[in-house]
Amino acid sequence: MSKNEPILQFNDVSVYYGIIQAIHNMSFSVEKGQIVTLVGANGAGKSTTLRAISGLIKPKSGSIVFKGENITGLPAHEIVRKRLCQAPEGRGIFLNLTVEENMDLGAWAAPDKGAYQANMDKGYQLFPRLRERRNQLSGTLSGGEQQMLAIARALMGQPELLLLDEPSLGLAPQIIEKIFEIITDINKTGMTIVLVEQNALQALQVAHYGIVLETGKIKTHGPAGDLLRSDEIRKAYLGD
Amino acid sequence: MAEFAQYIINGLSQGGTYALIALGYTMVFGILQLINFAHGEVFMLGAFTGLYTSKYAGLAILGTFNRLLTGSAETASTGAAILTAIVIILVAMCVCAAVGFCVERLAYRPLRASPRINLLITAVGVSLFFQNAGQLLFGSDPKAFPDLFENLEPWTFGADENLIVINPLQVFVFITAITLMLILRHVIFHTRLGRAMRAVSFNHDLASLMGIPTNQIIAATFMMGSSLAGAAGVMVGMTYPKVEPLMGSLPGLKAFCAAVLGGIGNVTGAVLGSFILGLAEALLSGYGTPTYKDALAFTILILILLVKPSGLLGVNRTEKV
Repeated sequence: MSKNEPILQFNDVSVYYGIIQAIHNMSFSVEKGQIVTLVGANGAGKSTTLRAISGLIKPKSGSIVFKGENITGLPAHEIVRKRLCQAPEGRGIFLNLTVEENMDLGAWAAPDKGAYQANMDKGYQLFPRLRERRNQLSGTLSGGEQQMLAIARALMGQPELLLLDEPSLGLAPQIIEKIFEIITDINKTGMTIVLVEQNALQALQVAHYGIVLETGKIKTHGPAGDLLRSDEIRKAYLGD
Repeated sequence: MAEFAQYIINGLSQGGTYALIALGYTMVFGILQLINFAHGEVFMLGAFTGLYTSKYAGLAILGTFNRLLTGSAETASTGAAILTAIVIILVAMCVCAAVGFCVERLAYRPLRASPRINLLITAVGVSLFFQNAGQLLFGSDPKAFPDLFENLEPWTFGADENLIVINPLQVFVFITAITLMLILRHVIFHTRLGRAMRAVSFNHDLASLMGIPTNQIIAATFMMGSSLAGAAGVMVGMTYPKVEPLMGSLPGLKAFCAAVLGGIGNVTGAVLGSFILGLAEALLSGYGTPTYKDALAFTILILILLVKPSGLLGVNRTEKV
C-alpha cells in the first residue's frame, strides 16, 4: 500500500479458540480514509479478525497497532475509547432496549460529549426510519432496520475507524443495496472502514482494497478493482 | 371479612421482604445466569449488622432523633423510631453491598470463564462458608433484636369479631420495601447505570463493544442486590425479633422460588412472585394450617416448573443452570 501512514496495522497475528487456531500469522494494514474489505467463506477468520481488533479476543502472538499505538491485549471497553467502533455481526444490537437507548449506549465511550445530540440527529438523518421508531424496543425492528441501528449506533461513538461485520447478512437484495450505498456515503465523509463480508462481489465493488481470507490465512490481496477482474477470484468467490 | 383483611396485611408485609431478597437473585441471574445461593446469607449478615448497630448505637441514634423532634431525648416519638430504623437499615445496606462486592470479586469473578456448574457449586460453597463463619463469629444461639418500636401501640380498627390489628412495624416494612423497589426500578430503567446493566445482561461482549466496563457493572449489580437483601435482613430481624446465623437459608430459598415464579431474570416478575408467595402463605396459615406454610413455596416452585418453566413474566430461554 502507498503513501499514507496506515491507521491500523495487523502484524503477524495468531488467534486461537482453545487449541484451535483461527488466524495464522496474519499481517495487513489499513490506510486512512479507505474501505478495506475482508472477504472469504464461512470460517475463514473474518469475524475473528474483527474480534481481535476490538479486543474481544486476545491474540496469542503478534501485535495490533491503531493510530501508532499498540492496542494488543487491551480490554474491549478501552479500545472503543480510542475511537475504534464495531457494528457487530448478526445485527448485534440490544433487543431488550429501545432504539434510542441503543443509540445512547453507542455514545458511552464517545470522547466528545458535546457532540451527542448532533451525532444522534446525524444518525437519524442517515436512517429516518430509526427516528420514527426511536421509542420502540429494537427487537421489534425489521432485519434491515436492526442493521441500520447497529451502524448508526457505532457512529455515535465518534469512530475514526469503523468495523462492520457482515452488514448484508440475511437481508433482502434492495436493503443490501441501500446499506452498501450508505457505507459508501459514510466513507465519503472521511471515515476509514473495515468491512467484513461473505457477499464478496458487492463488498469489492464499494471497497478500495480487498483481502481474501481462507482458513485463517490471507490467500490474496490487492486493490478491489484488480480482485474483481482476477479470474481466480471470480471463480472461487464471485460465483462465475 | 376482618379476618381476611388481616391476612392480606400480613401477606403484603411478608411479600415485601421476600421481594427485596428475590430482587437480588433475579438481578444476578439476569446478568450472570448464576443462581447466587449465598444470597440468603447476605440477608443474614444484614440482620446481624442491624442487630449490632441497634445494640451499640441504636439508643444513641434514637435519643438524638427524639431530641431533634421532641426536644427531649427521653420522650419517645414514632418519627424518631422510624428515622432510627432507616439509619440502621442504611448501615446494613452499606455493609451488605461491601459483602456482595467481595463475594463477586473473590469467589465468582475468577470463575467467569469456566463452566456454569462450577459457579453454581461455588455459590453453594460461599453459602456454607457464611453459615459456618456466622456461627463461629456470632455464636449459633438466636439473639434478640432490640425493639425500637416498643413504645408504639398497634393501630386497631373495628372491634370484637371485626377487629383488625395493624402493627406500625408491618406498615413500616411494607412502605420501606416498596420505596426501595421504586428506587431500584428508577435506577434500572431511567439511569445510565441501569441502561448499562440491561445491556450487560443482554450480552457481555456486545456491551463491552460500547465501551461499557462490564466487570464494574456486574460488581454494581451484586452490590445493589446485596444491599436490598441487607435491608430485608434488618426488617425481618425487627419483626420476629430474633437473629441467628442459619436464618438466611429458608427465606433465601423461598425468595428464590418467588423469583422463579415471577420469571427469573425479570425484575417486575420477582416482585410479583414475592407478593403472590407472601399472600399465599398468609392465607394458608390463616384458613388452612400454618404447619405446611414453609412447604408452600416449594410446591409453587414445582408447579411452575411443570406448567410454565419460564415463570409468569419470563421469556422462554433454552438455557441450563
